[in-house]
Amino acid sequence: MSGHEFQSFFPESGSIDHTDTSTAITETTLTELRQIAARYPHKRSALLPMLHLVQSVDGRVSPAGIQACAEVLEITAAQVSGVATFYTMYRRRPAGKHHVGVCTTALCAVMGGDYLLETVSQKLGIEPGEVTPDGTISLERLECNAACDFAPVMMVNWEFMDNMTPDKADQLLDDLASGRVVKSTRGATLTSWREAERVLAGFPDGRADEGPGAGEASLLGLRVAAERGWKAPEAPHTEAISDGKEATQ
Amino acid sequence: MTDVLTPVLSANWADERPWKITNYEHRGGYSALRKALVQAPSQVMDVVKESGLRGRGGAGFPTGMKWSFVPQANPNPKYLVVNADESEPGTCKDMPLMLASPHTLVEGVIISSYAIGCKYAFIYCRGEVLHVIRRLQQAVREAYSSGYLGRNILGSGFDLDVVVHAGAGAYICGEETALLDSLEGRRGQPRLRPPFPAVAGLYACPTVINNVESIASVPAIIEHGARWFSSMGTEKSKGMTIYSLSGHVQRPGQFEAPLGITLRQLLELSGGMREGHQLKFWTPGGSSTPILTADHLDVPLDYEGMAAAGTMLGTKALQCFDETTSVVRTTLRWVEFYKHESCGKCTPCREGNWWLVQLLTAFEQGKAVPGDIEKLLDICDDIGGRSFCALADGAVACVTSAVRHFRSEFEAGMKTPAWELFPYQASALFGARQEVHA
Amino acid sequence: MTLTANTAQVVVSDLITVTIDGIDVQVPKGTLAIRAAEMIGVAIPRFCDHPLLEPMGACRQCLVEVPDMGNGRGMPKPQASCTLECAPGMKIATQVTSPVAEKAQRGMIEFLLINHPLDCPICDKGGECPLQNQAMSSGRGESRYEGVKRTFPKPVSISAQILLDRERCVLCARCTRFSEQISGDPFIALVERGALQQVGFYEDQPYDSYFSGNVVQICPVGALTSAAYRFQSRPFDLVSTPTTCEHCAAGCQLRSDHRHYQVKRRLAGDAPEVNEEWNCDRGRFAFVSGRGEDRLRYPLIREDGVLRPASWPEAIDAAVAGLSRLGDKVGVLTGGRLTLEDSYGYAKFARTVLGTNNIDFRARPHTAEEADFLATRVAGRTLGEGVSYAALEEATQVVLVGLEPEEESPIVFLRLRKATRKNRTHVVTLAPFASNGTVKLGASLVQTAPGEEAAALDNLTADANTVILLGERAGWLPGVLTAAAALADRSGAALAWVPRRAGDRGAVEAGCLPGLLPGGRPVADATARVDLQAAWGVHALPATAGLDADKMLAASGNLGLIVAGVEASDFTSSAAALAALERTPFLISIEQRHSEVTERADVVFPVALMEERAGTFLNWEHRRGRVNTVVKHSTSPMTDLRVLAALADALGRPLGIRTAKSALAEFDELGAWETSAPVATPSITPVAVAEADGLLLATWRELIDGSRSNDGETALQATAKAVFARVSPNTAADLEVETGDPISVQSDSGWLILSVYVTNNMADGVVWVPTNAPGTPLSNLGVTAGDLVLVSKGGAA
Ligand SMILES: Cc1cc2nc3c(=O)[nH]c(=O)nc-3n(C[C@H](O)[C@H](O)[C@H](O)COP(=O)(O)O)c2cc1C
Ligand code: SF4
Ligand code: FES
Repeated sequence: MSGHEFQSFFPESGSIDHTDTSTAITETTLTELRQIAARYPHKRSALLPMLHLVQSVDGRVSPAGIQACAEVLEITAAQVSGVATFYTMYRRRPAGKHHVGVCTTALCAVMGGDYLLETVSQKLGIEPGEVTPDGTISLERLECNAACDFAPVMMVNWEFMDNMTPDKADQLLDDLASGRVVKSTRGATLTSWREAERVLAGFPDGRADEGPGAGEASLLGLRVAAERGWKAPEAPHTEAISDGKEATQ
Repeated sequence: MTDVLTPVLSANWADERPWKITNYEHRGGYSALRKALVQAPSQVMDVVKESGLRGRGGAGFPTGMKWSFVPQANPNPKYLVVNADESEPGTCKDMPLMLASPHTLVEGVIISSYAIGCKYAFIYCRGEVLHVIRRLQQAVREAYSSGYLGRNILGSGFDLDVVVHAGAGAYICGEETALLDSLEGRRGQPRLRPPFPAVAGLYACPTVINNVESIASVPAIIEHGARWFSSMGTEKSKGMTIYSLSGHVQRPGQFEAPLGITLRQLLELSGGMREGHQLKFWTPGGSSTPILTADHLDVPLDYEGMAAAGTMLGTKALQCFDETTSVVRTTLRWVEFYKHESCGKCTPCREGNWWLVQLLTAFEQGKAVPGDIEKLLDICDDIGGRSFCALADGAVACVTSAVRHFRSEFEAGMKTPAWELFPYQASALFGARQEVHA
Repeated sequence: MTLTANTAQVVVSDLITVTIDGIDVQVPKGTLAIRAAEMIGVAIPRFCDHPLLEPMGACRQCLVEVPDMGNGRGMPKPQASCTLECAPGMKIATQVTSPVAEKAQRGMIEFLLINHPLDCPICDKGGECPLQNQAMSSGRGESRYEGVKRTFPKPVSISAQILLDRERCVLCARCTRFSEQISGDPFIALVERGALQQVGFYEDQPYDSYFSGNVVQICPVGALTSAAYRFQSRPFDLVSTPTTCEHCAAGCQLRSDHRHYQVKRRLAGDAPEVNEEWNCDRGRFAFVSGRGEDRLRYPLIREDGVLRPASWPEAIDAAVAGLSRLGDKVGVLTGGRLTLEDSYGYAKFARTVLGTNNIDFRARPHTAEEADFLATRVAGRTLGEGVSYAALEEATQVVLVGLEPEEESPIVFLRLRKATRKNRTHVVTLAPFASNGTVKLGASLVQTAPGEEAAALDNLTADANTVILLGERAGWLPGVLTAAAALADRSGAALAWVPRRAGDRGAVEAGCLPGLLPGGRPVADATARVDLQAAWGVHALPATAGLDADKMLAASGNLGLIVAGVEASDFTSSAAALAALERTPFLISIEQRHSEVTERADVVFPVALMEERAGTFLNWEHRRGRVNTVVKHSTSPMTDLRVLAALADALGRPLGIRTAKSALAEFDELGAWETSAPVATPSITPVAVAEADGLLLATWRELIDGSRSNDGETALQATAKAVFARVSPNTAADLEVETGDPISVQSDSGWLILSVYVTNNMADGVVWVPTNAPGTPLSNLGVTAGDLVLVSKGGAA
């Protein structure tokens, strides 16, 4: 088997999908877009989070979303489109309620990511880049998601699903499909991809306190150090910047 | 001699809800900030300079020196941008840090901003890590409520705003100038240097860009002093750092140790390679650093040691692969990553990686022909050192080092598919559900 | 050997010495290595580099080695010479001496070709393609690439005029940088990333830029092509001639390429002082209007009320008969297509052959105040004395009065944009609203309803670093030119008149004004007349000022008219102009194409098209631009000058000039009139606008409009701006209309239906309408800026 398929004809590249003009953007969305813009010294900085918000509303980067961003930021639609098509998290077609990603960069791929992707794809009956017909799950092939010590890694709605196996993936997909409560291994209870996008736009969902502080792999060194009594050197008392109180504690 | 492991940044990760500000404060959090705020900014900068802290984002540039490049006389606002894009394959240290103890970073941001005269700082975090972003957002909010952010911080007269900014999927945005363009709402493509960000960065104003771990190290340095920090590590590679061990090891994970530890030591701590297998090759700091083999187990994992071994310390992401692994396959996957992540700005990276992927695919399929190794290396020669930024250098590094150490596997790629030489099933932690086609 | 940059203004101490391929070169500090190498004749190959765009360093084709940065240390990697600034003592090794650079460049061309379709035989660029040239000179004979090429669907139209073939693109980003940096129309942008990166646009917002043709010209491959030129010719079959554009007073230098007696395309010439390397789409694409069925091919005379073809001698006889009957009861109306030489011919013809000062080039609204202003502040000024493009760049403030540079003088617009970007020049504009061009200049709007400009000028601050640019419309409203002159006088600001049409500046110098003789000689000044009499070898010149264009039309009942290059719609009221032409006892029309004027003429003389003749245009700076004969037929068509000379001969009062060359020589011989002190400009009190119902009309001509000179170029016309009538939100509320609603704009003589665009920051009580939009010319209403019109919601009143 080989890696990614080699594609060389790109009939649909170059822009977002203009055939679907539906939108759920309202006056409230516009207000929120302006709120995001106001966070920055120069409003154009807000474009990435604004596009996340557009996705949370329209399920993708919609033509109306592009226009709205262009208007708020006073730039051209072509400029927004140039940004929207540069980043992989922006979608041209609606995502599923849940968005599943399987890492297949070298390390995860070798350790089982390729098999995971195959399993998930077969179970869902869709290829990476597609959405199940019922719109529940979309699938994506991921590049390294900074969780290599938990390989192979899957992500659902950009929450970690660490140390994945085909069996666990099977169960996970069943749970997602049937609407059961699913918890991320190092995160919160899964909500939906759209809700996740809203958080990325800077509108918190109140779930920061869910989940653990760290996964077991993250704690490994700390545990070994504790077992063996290793720690960082003591601070020399004489030297730290002194403001009197703390330095002599 | 310091201990083998020296948890500082990770010391509180196993605490109860370590991400909460009260728990962080309970452990002495934000006391370094109080210390810093009664000093002159230049003194704070001096301590960081003296500590010998070098950037933990990959290049190892001395952090204090970078700060000192900010022209304080420049009338424009100064900015601090934390590079939390962590996307280099194998790298997974910043995310657990921010997930477990976001306040370590926030405190570092405040102290560092104070030192360089910044009033508006950004944490640019890759977007694909929802929970990390939640924790960062909350930590910033908590810091505002506690008076560590906002106007007149702790009565010092120092003002600072911090924005947590979510990226949207682009490895290149970890490159600092591409990050700046991205943060300005543009396509994340690297900028011409000079001008350097320290002089004209974000919004063409003086800007310091540092890795998460670099900034997170600052509170401890201020708290315990430059000498304390430099008492750890080696001559030119000071302090403690986080090493990420992944791959075919018994127990992958994060290890915080003084710079200069060896992979042999780390492997020993993680229980060695998985049962019945041996180390075949590894990356010292992500896929962009030339791979090493079991011959290099005892080379100190510091900047100098790695340079001497013909590679780089990079992000200290130690991806370990055992003898079941096909080097050709792994290399192809890495190059596919670079092809996918190339920003497209410059010719050698955009076109070269496109080509390399096709060539390496032939090797994986056993369809390469004589002369292809030379061609591969020649193309690498035309890419490496010719591109606009270092992304393409990383792509080339994994190919050339793979050929250097494992040429015979590439030669075999002229006859036999990699999956026949190295059945892929053997490398995975579990088998395929169905027989996967060859 | 040491070479020195040919830059006179560079102080020697600012020069540094670098060594390129072993040769020492002195260059100004900051010079890029790629340009320094050019000075020793080394052409480093390049794609993304363009001297007028900000350096990018993207294509990596221009790599060189730097064995010494000037501090004894070399650079470890090859460097892009297009972004590398020379440092003192730097050593640079190009492909000529460095095998590393040579290999790097070979490698790069190989990369650029792996995904290129290699379709040179069917590509417009084939034969003049930098990529093709580079591939030929340093590419491999055979490709080492055996993979699959990246393919996209074939060309996409990014505008009605411009097509994009993504497979050919080398992603140098010249086009996108041009659109963003130079013209400020970023409707094209790089989209996607990595190997999929491509130039893109947004479907609902095509690349409708007045400057879009430039991207075709600077594209180093055939990725961008124009609908107009696509598949028209191969470059090696074309003959190129430098010439000057006839569409406006900017004075763009062009390269006109023809084949088979037809101009196939026009390109911006390389004229650093004028248009740099750019031009506008009208200048580039609008050159086919003379090719239609309506081209006049032989003289016409009126017989029994009908125009019939005639031979040249017949037509001259008929014209002479008519003119002889009229004596000096004749007037001459000249238009914008005339060169300096033509205008001089008409000016001399009027005085020496017809014996009248009835001549005026202002086929448009005009005032006596303007004539005075032109006589005292414009005529006789030479290039060095006035404002130049360079001066615009250096000014700290530029004030625009009655001028929308993007519409009316596009190259002035580009230079102002450069000034605002590079030198932070501040532009102030007196206008009823902030136009698109105003926004792109970051200009401050001094909101003025038509008629308020003079008062606004009185309140403006200016200094010696200010330039005041007066458009032709500044002359239409009472008091504006006077107020501008007063502002200049009290602040030391420089003043320049930026007329709209290519021939206007020359017409002033040539004396196509009722009170002004050639070289700025006032008719009223007896010594000036005597001077000219001597030069022209005539006994007397008419001593009284003639009639201006409006007065000629008004008096046409007993005034014969010679009309050249004028359309009825040029005047405020086309109906009134046509009625006047019908009234005249005798009308001679000297024209290229059938028109409403020729229809009414008694004698029609056909004359040569722009590309068939030579001459000179004086641009707004008073800079001369050569018009060269591009297409040479075996029999040369008649020119205005030859028609005039033939008439003069037949009338027994020879004109003395017959060719452009002799006309220019004589004009130069005359020289400019050295007046002692400029005559004070008469102060005009603005007439108060009567309180009446209606809205004040504001208007200007848009660059791509219903002008007949755009005829035949449908792709160009399709990129015209959408036609709107603009009103402020308050006015819209009064009218109970919203954007998109139809409104009618009505005058005594008619009405137009337009859709409305509610425009923020617009003066209340004003309606803006484009002067000459296709199908809705304002001249149908017989009103102009400052007049009152009735505006109401909905269709016809
Ligand atoms: C292609 C590329 C990707 C990079 N990605 C990251 C990253 O994800 N995180 C990071 O901190 N630095 C990354 N860097 C390094 C940064 O450019 C920069 O050197 C670093 O952020 C500086 O911080 P430091 O001095 O604290 O290490 C990357 C560099 C390159 C060339
Ligand atoms: S090497 Fe070139 S194409 Fe690749 S990421 Fe850097 S600038 Fe972009
Ligand atoms: S011409 Fe220098 S990089 Fe393109």
